Amino acid sequence: MNNFNYHSPSTLAEAKSLLSKHEDAKLLAGVMTLFPTMKMRLATPTDLIDLGHIEALQGIAIENLSVEIGAMTTHSQVASNDQIVEELPVLATLARGIGDAQVRNRGTLGGSLSNSDPAADYPAAALGLDAVLRTDQRDILASDYFCGLFETALEETEILTAVRFIKPKRAAYVKFPNPASRYAVAGVLVAEMPDGSIRVAVTGAAPCVFRASAIEQTLEKQFSPGVVDSAGLDDSDFNDDVFASAVYRTQLVREMCKRAVTQLLDEPKG
Amino acid sequence: MKTKVTLNLNGNQVSGTVENRTLLVDFLRNDCGKTGTHIGCDTSQCGACVVHVNGKSVKSCTILAIQAQNAKVLTIEGVAPDEDQLHPMQDAFRTHHGLQCGFCTSGMIMSALELVERIPDPTDRQIADWLEGNLCRCTGYLNIVKAVKAGAEAMRSQAPRSEQNRQ
Ligand SMILES: Cc1cc2nc3c(=O)[nH]c(=O)nc-3n(C[C@H](O)[C@H](O)[C@H](O)COP(=O)(O)OP(=O)(O)OC[C@H]3O[C@@H](n4cnc5c(N)ncnc54)[C@H](O)[C@@H]3O)c2cc1C
Ligand code: FES
Ligand code: FES
Repeated sequence: MNNFNYHSPSTLAEAKSLLSKHEDAKLLAGVMTLFPTMKMRLATPTDLIDLGHIEALQGIAIENLSVEIGAMTTHSQVASNDQIVEELPVLATLARGIGDAQVRNRGTLGGSLSNSDPAADYPAAALGLDAVLRTDQRDILASDYFCGLFETALEETEILTAVRFIKPKRAAYVKFPNPASRYAVAGVLVAEMPDGSIRVAVTGAAPCVFRASAIEQTLEKQFSPGVVDSAGLDDSDFNDDVFASAVYRTQLVREMCKRAVTQLLDEPKG
Repeated sequence: MKTKVTLNLNGNQVSGTVENRTLLVDFLRNDCGKTGTHIGCDTSQCGACVVHVNGKSVKSCTILAIQAQNAKVLTIEGVAPDEDQLHPMQDAFRTHHGLQCGFCTSGMIMSALELVERIPDPTDRQIADWLEGNLCRCTGYLNIVKAVKAGAEAMRSQAPRSEQNRQ
């Protein structure tokens, strides 16, 4: 890695001013993505701003209809937090399936969603659970947040501070993990929202997380795994790489979706 | 772009002045002479470099030395009770042939120790799952799972009653 100045601010305002002051500065969260990237010299920041000591980015707040989680909350905190396990079990399950124990001990919710890797798990929860992504400047709806391959609505010096997920009536997330990294080759979150609508968010398959709207409509008419194959699925831009062909990913999306629906029918509490 | 780093390593205060980009694993190996922590991939995937920072297992190739400022760091050199005695988990790896070349072993053991802290009596499935981030090119893993199971059992029987109650 190139060398850099290291800053460890204790407030959000300080982090913001450092980020604005240094042209080639980068925020540092769990670094599970940032350091591998820097080691390959795909990023060569002059300044790194460590978000690890900012209190405002921590914490989990359970509300009536939603659960708000600080950006610096690690995957292992999400997986094992009693309140999340109780109030938003689908998110705990999703977090438990990320990478490995050490990746989960360091990697963060905010880092994952800022990075928006096409194969990352959290984007499926953000889009599937109608989340609001809160930054130091504004609130962004998940439906406006994910813009493309590794692209989000975040501006250059915008800091993601927390994510508020809507508590669904029930939800399940099932992925086909890459056997080496556990990133999603295809991952599907199926949720029944408080108003009874069905959301199906798909990660891993395309350049960016998306909602499979035809499957959603079909499931709204009849919530059963049997109907998933008959619904349309736009796979025109599906990823085709060394891990899986686009055709295989299409099959995987349908299969993961069926498994999620089956799980919800077996375990109504999801 | 250098910073002085001070941390508690296996119970002893150590410090050194490092380039900001120095990874914890390099500080441990090159500055502190603790070469039991290995570098297998340097890309956050193999787990040969796992150490504990403030009680949690982390890949020390993916954290800066200065991020461990004032932290408690535990490496494989610090797990045995004394010079002549292995830690029960180390002993279990020897007894159950949980290693061949040994390159992955320190990471496996450091990882396993956090598992046992979380789940004192893990199943084979839980062990295999937890060791997802630790790669071994020699053993085929079966004996590693056996070793961790036996190590966990030995740790349970060694733990004083008061500690067992706490868990
Ligand atoms: C071996 C391995 C396996 C993995 N497996 C999976 C997996 O199965 N599923 C999965 O989803 N992920 C997986 N990951 C990725 C992991 O979840 C990362 O932790 C995550 O993608 C990035 O989070 P981080 O906290 O490490 O962020 P960092 O690496 O620190 O940061 C990533 C990027 O986001 C920016 N950033 C960080 N925080 C903020 C913020 N609050 N506001 C604005 N920008 C910010 C940084 O500047 C950087 O550009 C894996 C990683 C590894 C190394
Ligand atoms: S050397 Fe750190 S994970 Fe391989
Ligand atoms: S014993 Fe050789 S890599 Fe595991």
